Amino acid sequence: MSYGSTIKVPFGPQHPALKEPEYFLFEVDGDIVVKVTPRIGYVHRGVEKAFEQETYLHNLYLAERICGICSHAHTTCYTQTVEGLIPLEVPPRAVYIRLIMAELERLHSHSLWVGIAAHEAGFDTLFMYLWRDREMIMDLMEEISGNRVTHAINTIGGVRRDITSEQANKIKKFMDKFEANVKEYMKVLETEQTFLKRTKGVGILKPRDAISLCAVGPTLRASGIKSDVRADDPYLAYGEIPFNVITHDGCDVYARTIVRCEEMIESANIIRYALDHLPEGKIKVPPPRTIAPNESVGRVEAPRGELIHYARSNGTAKPERYKVRAPTLGNLASVCQTLIGAHVADIPMILAGIDPCFSCMDRVVIINKDA
Amino acid sequence: MSLFREAARQILRKPATVKYPFEPGIVPPGLRGRPVWDMEKCILCVLCQNACPTAAIKMIPKGPDAGIEYHLDRCIFCAECADACPRKAITITTNFELADTSRSTMVQHYKKPQQAQTQAAKT
Repeated sequence: MSYGSTIKVPFGPQHPALKEPEYFLFEVDGDIVVKVTPRIGYVHRGVEKAFEQETYLHNLYLAERICGICSHAHTTCYTQTVEGLIPLEVPPRAVYIRLIMAELERLHSHSLWVGIAAHEAGFDTLFMYLWRDREMIMDLMEEISGNRVTHAINTIGGVRRDITSEQANKIKKFMDKFEANVKEYMKVLETEQTFLKRTKGVGILKPRDAISLCAVGPTLRASGIKSDVRADDPYLAYGEIPFNVITHDGCDVYARTIVRCEEMIESANIIRYALDHLPEGKIKVPPPRTIAPNESVGRVEAPRGELIHYARSNGTAKPERYKVRAPTLGNLASVCQTLIGAHVADIPMILAGIDPCFSCMDRVVIINKDA
Repeated sequence: MSLFREAARQILRKPATVKYPFEPGIVPPGLRGRPVWDMEKCILCVLCQNACPTAAIKMIPKGPDAGIEYHLDRCIFCAECADACPRKAITITTNFELADTSRSTMVQHYKKPQQAQTQAAKT
């Protein structure tokens, strides 16, 4: 039923459904969204300019602070880009340790997201259980790297800490337990009506739209498109490790949940394989202080999708230009398309569906001089 | 159904949470907490100051205050200073309870012992 005229509903930047400040202007016809206008830039921090002020080693810690959840993905991408500038060969053991940390991070990020999705759907029991398990992953990462969130394990030319055999055993033991838990939660998600009613058929993103709007990561894979940087353009040691790219044909929020759950199981397998095949040797090679003029691009599959860093060096100890494209920016156009035709009550669920991380994404501020 | 099983299992187990700060927090051995300088070993070489990404370390080369000025409020606990130190004078402790209400307590002075200073000047 159409009401003939539309009402503009501002959403954000401060809104209980959003964890971070971002503004969306919805035009609604009755209860149905007909137009979405996003406005980004509320948490612009001038990170790219800050990159140009500091040395390559100091920038590592800036890169780590772009995102709180995927801090390791950002440092992996940063080190990969800078090592491409030099160019520098990283010892194989360091590559595997980076990979293990990256997959642990994917586990914690995905379990965080599935927990949030359950919470948004009003299913807080599962949220609590998932976050309990996530806490154990955080503890593992803390034990390996020395910190829960800003791991600081990556450095240019390798990693800073080694994984001991006791730690490896502990991770392997935990992976078995975690995998069993995730399988159990998946069974719950597949049968629980509370969750299914809020997610099935909600936020449809057709495969054609997903490609044309440049969706990335689990959002793209949940639309049935097999695309994963780990498989398409293997970095670290992903070329040596067998794993499946998880896809789902559901195209809705439910499919995105299932894709993330199955990716968690896949990540647990990758970690086990990597720990079994951990090469011996040194973990670090010293990098040069200054880098000759060069250009480099790094691509990493962060938990939220494809992450791109670009750097240009000019012969000094500081980069001349640094560019970061966070996965949420790739997904923003697709989520606006997905929201059209949705009910107002489904907006938080659909927005949460892309696992938004707005402060990672904000690279520009729009200043309207005439206003 | 399986959530019932999980809930029943959880009743028999101890709680997943720790009653911090009423109980001590869980601190793994390798935790990066506050760095501490051993001024007997320190040779005032500036390497920690150069390695620090947030300019939390300032080296005072001469005078009666010669030593290290450490700004706790700027420190991001990355342990780059300890990695850079050629004499292993910096130890990273697992002390993480560092919050305070006053800004002045956030600046710590590590003074070089006078005797060692004159010896260093001789050599």
